[in-house]
Amino acid sequence: MDSIQSNFEETLPPLSHDEALAEANRCLFCFDAPCIRACPTQIDIPSFIRKIATDNLRGSARVIMESNPLGATCARVCPVEALCEGGCVYNLQDRPPIQIGRLQRHATDWLIAAGETTFTVGPDNGKSVACIGSGPASLAAAVRLREWGYAVTLYEAKPRGGGLDTYGIVSYRLPVEISLAEVGLVERTGATFRYDTRVGTDITLDDLLKRHDAVFVGVGLGQPASPGLPGEDLPGVRDTLPFIEETKSRPLDTLCVGRRVLVIGAGNSAIDAATAAGRLGAESVTIVYRRSEQEIPCYGFEFEFAKQEGVRFQWLTAPKRIVGSEKVEGLECVQTRLGEPDEKGRRRPEEVPGSAFTIPADMVIKAVGQGPDNNFLNHLGLHLQGPDRLAADRETGATSHPRIFAGGDIVDGREDATVVAVVAMGLRAAAGLDSSLGTPRGAGAIPPVRLKTVIRRSAPR
Amino acid sequence: MSKDQSPSTIDLSCNVAGIRSPNPFWLASAPPTNSRDQIMRAFDYGWGGAVWKTLGDPIINVSSRLGGLRWRTQPLMGLNNIELITDRELETNLREISEVKKRYPNHAVIVSLMVESKREAWHDIVKRTQDTGADGLELNFGCPHGMSERGMGSAVGQVPEYACQITEWAKEAATVPVLVKLTPNVADIRYAARAATKGGADGLSLINTINSLMGVDLQTLKVLPNVRGKSSHGGYCGPAVKPIALHMLSQIGADPETAHMPLSGIGGISSWQDAAEFLLLGASGVQVCTAAMHYGYRIVEDMIEGLQNYMRKMGWRTLADFRGKALTQVEDWSNLDLNYKVVARIDPDTCIRCNLCHVACEDGAHQCIAPAAPQDDGRVLAPVVDEDECVGCNLCALICPVDGCITMTEIDTGKTPETWREWQKRLAAGASPDDHPGMVSGH
Repeated sequence: MDSIQSNFEETLPPLSHDEALAEANRCLFCFDAPCIRACPTQIDIPSFIRKIATDNLRGSARVIMESNPLGATCARVCPVEALCEGGCVYNLQDRPPIQIGRLQRHATDWLIAAGETTFTVGPDNGKSVACIGSGPASLAAAVRLREWGYAVTLYEAKPRGGGLDTYGIVSYRLPVEISLAEVGLVERTGATFRYDTRVGTDITLDDLLKRHDAVFVGVGLGQPASPGLPGEDLPGVRDTLPFIEETKSRPLDTLCVGRRVLVIGAGNSAIDAATAAGRLGAESVTIVYRRSEQEIPCYGFEFEFAKQEGVRFQWLTAPKRIVGSEKVEGLECVQTRLGEPDEKGRRRPEEVPGSAFTIPADMVIKAVGQGPDNNFLNHLGLHLQGPDRLAADRETGATSHPRIFAGGDIVDGREDATVVAVVAMGLRAAAGLDSSLGTPRGAGAIPPVRLKTVIRRSAPR
Repeated sequence: MSKDQSPSTIDLSCNVAGIRSPNPFWLASAPPTNSRDQIMRAFDYGWGGAVWKTLGDPIINVSSRLGGLRWRTQPLMGLNNIELITDRELETNLREISEVKKRYPNHAVIVSLMVESKREAWHDIVKRTQDTGADGLELNFGCPHGMSERGMGSAVGQVPEYACQITEWAKEAATVPVLVKLTPNVADIRYAARAATKGGADGLSLINTINSLMGVDLQTLKVLPNVRGKSSHGGYCGPAVKPIALHMLSQIGADPETAHMPLSGIGGISSWQDAAEFLLLGASGVQVCTAAMHYGYRIVEDMIEGLQNYMRKMGWRTLADFRGKALTQVEDWSNLDLNYKVVARIDPDTCIRCNLCHVACEDGAHQCIAPAAPQDDGRVLAPVVDEDECVGCNLCALICPVDGCITMTEIDTGKTPETWREWQKRLAAGASPDDHPGMVSGH
């Protein structure tokens, strides 16, 4: 039992004080640094790293949290290779980039462990905002709005805050305590959390609009998409998010996992599901993917992690039917080959006639993405973008209702729905909401854009 | 380069004022040369000589004694100490010196001395020391802490008349070469150097440690190093002091009154490169302390090999082939050419776009390096130098993290060389002040 517990403890160890100091001192303190430009929340990375080097951890955490109120979470879950660390100038020298994520974790862990906060609360401006959902978009918006003196209430359907950070990311990547600690920091700003309160069921949008001056919708998605296979209702077929949620909210020894587990899909959630199944004790875990290794949609480091965890990959395999009499017994598949590129440039899988085969399994986890809660969308009654996303301005979060703003996955249909991108949307929507309520505020109110504007005496020749 | 270039043809043998050693690397008088066993071990590691920790009336030391300067994560960029001269009995030291000399006849054993300023005391210690078979003596006129309060060490070195007098006393009794170790804690080291020369010294050792206070512990507010709630100024050494030592060495080498003196260079030497710089600026040999205290005697192996490889590459066979070779370049500022100009050139292929050169130039120099304009295709280009505005200060090249990326390149100004001194002469002869040398920047 202890071993299962330890399987779900954070994989990547924290940097020791000396390691952090050495790594921080490697940072060149670039001017107009490309790592900042690569960060969706524009954290002043060289500045926070320099503060680690001078043992000013509180200042370091302040710099981080000022730009990204979910700094501790993002330090762990950001695809840093594609963002800040990918921008590090050391890459141009073929030297290892600064471990920005781990340094950010060092500073924000200090903040959490010290029980301190760097968030500021502005004088009450007499206005009130409701946030629907308490995931990263709403948390980020709430922090900024409290800073500006708004009263903020977050309406959360679940018993705890944090959204996917708390419930949907495996704990060995992001421990529940970290996500909840960041929720706690938001609570300390004086924001009110109404847990177990589902908007549309327990309270209506109209109620919110009556009680508050504005509403921010940051609910995310959360409804599992279906691959549309016969047999999905067989016992032993799971959706990835409820499966991961169990590993973060229930005693691990009460959880059931199959002996032979198949995962349909190869995105980041699929990797989470596959590795979690393995860590719960599955004998074999196989990801079934209808394209090849080249097209795998998860991040490269996730793919590497899955391979290290012993997850097997069944490439060029399209599931057709989940088979079994009373429970899952296998997955019937056909082989595919790759044809012409689709509209996204990925080669389209084509089924090979007569290639059907069945992979035996006693658990199948569906990880083919998520969609919105359509009942909730209907309840909102706002204009949509595409079939099932809210239409909202990318810069201001403004929706078709003048007092409703939105941000996060419910708005954005992009595939790259990182926590940090969602945080940035929440911050932008807070600023959009603020300026639409007519609160006079200077340029500093705009979510942090720290790109240095260089003043030149003359144009370069 | 067809001649035999194997290391065996490189001769590192060294002669400082008649004191011979197999190589120029001596351990300076300090904790690493406190005892027979230490020095024997050091010689086994390859050190060419050692200056025995200063003999005199045994003292009582305090605890603690050292303070270190850490720069970022690098310990001991500088080291200070409040330790005094030897705390061992004179007879013990003398017996051990003779034992070392018997076992290592070809290594140089020099003995540092410091006694009260009395002729008899100096005669006595000189005679007893050279009776051990020691190869030379080094008069400690340098220690800035503790002993100076008792009228010794730098209290002598700071007063040229005292330095001259005591050197004379030592020389009256000495049959082996006498080096005088100079303190840097003076306004102009040349006065003490001249005094020691006048007193008959055979050579000069420099520099001794620099007066310093190591720092304050920000948690305990204790001044460092701390002795039961109190601290005292100590002698500062280590890599951080090297440029100060090189300056003083070159001053003595360039002074007509002392130019002939053999010099034993000391101050922050921790590698063969450091040693080579001292030799190129006129030292006949070098002494090392902090680096040996930091890493142990073993560092001498690379010092020897590195210097041999360097000499082979440069085509030099003996130390005499390059001793003082760079010294002639050291001049008064007034004799520098005002019409010489270098500008920064940034290699765009190795530049990593950190823009440190830009911000350093913009805020700390002459505002002539601009970040490249953003490109439509998202590429980030190297910063751009405005060569007309660049004064060639070197700052960008100094702070650039990429080795060799920024080169200071000479450009032809079309003007013949002219120094400030030459210009003053020309002005005196009636030239117009508008017809001045050098470049005028636009700001």
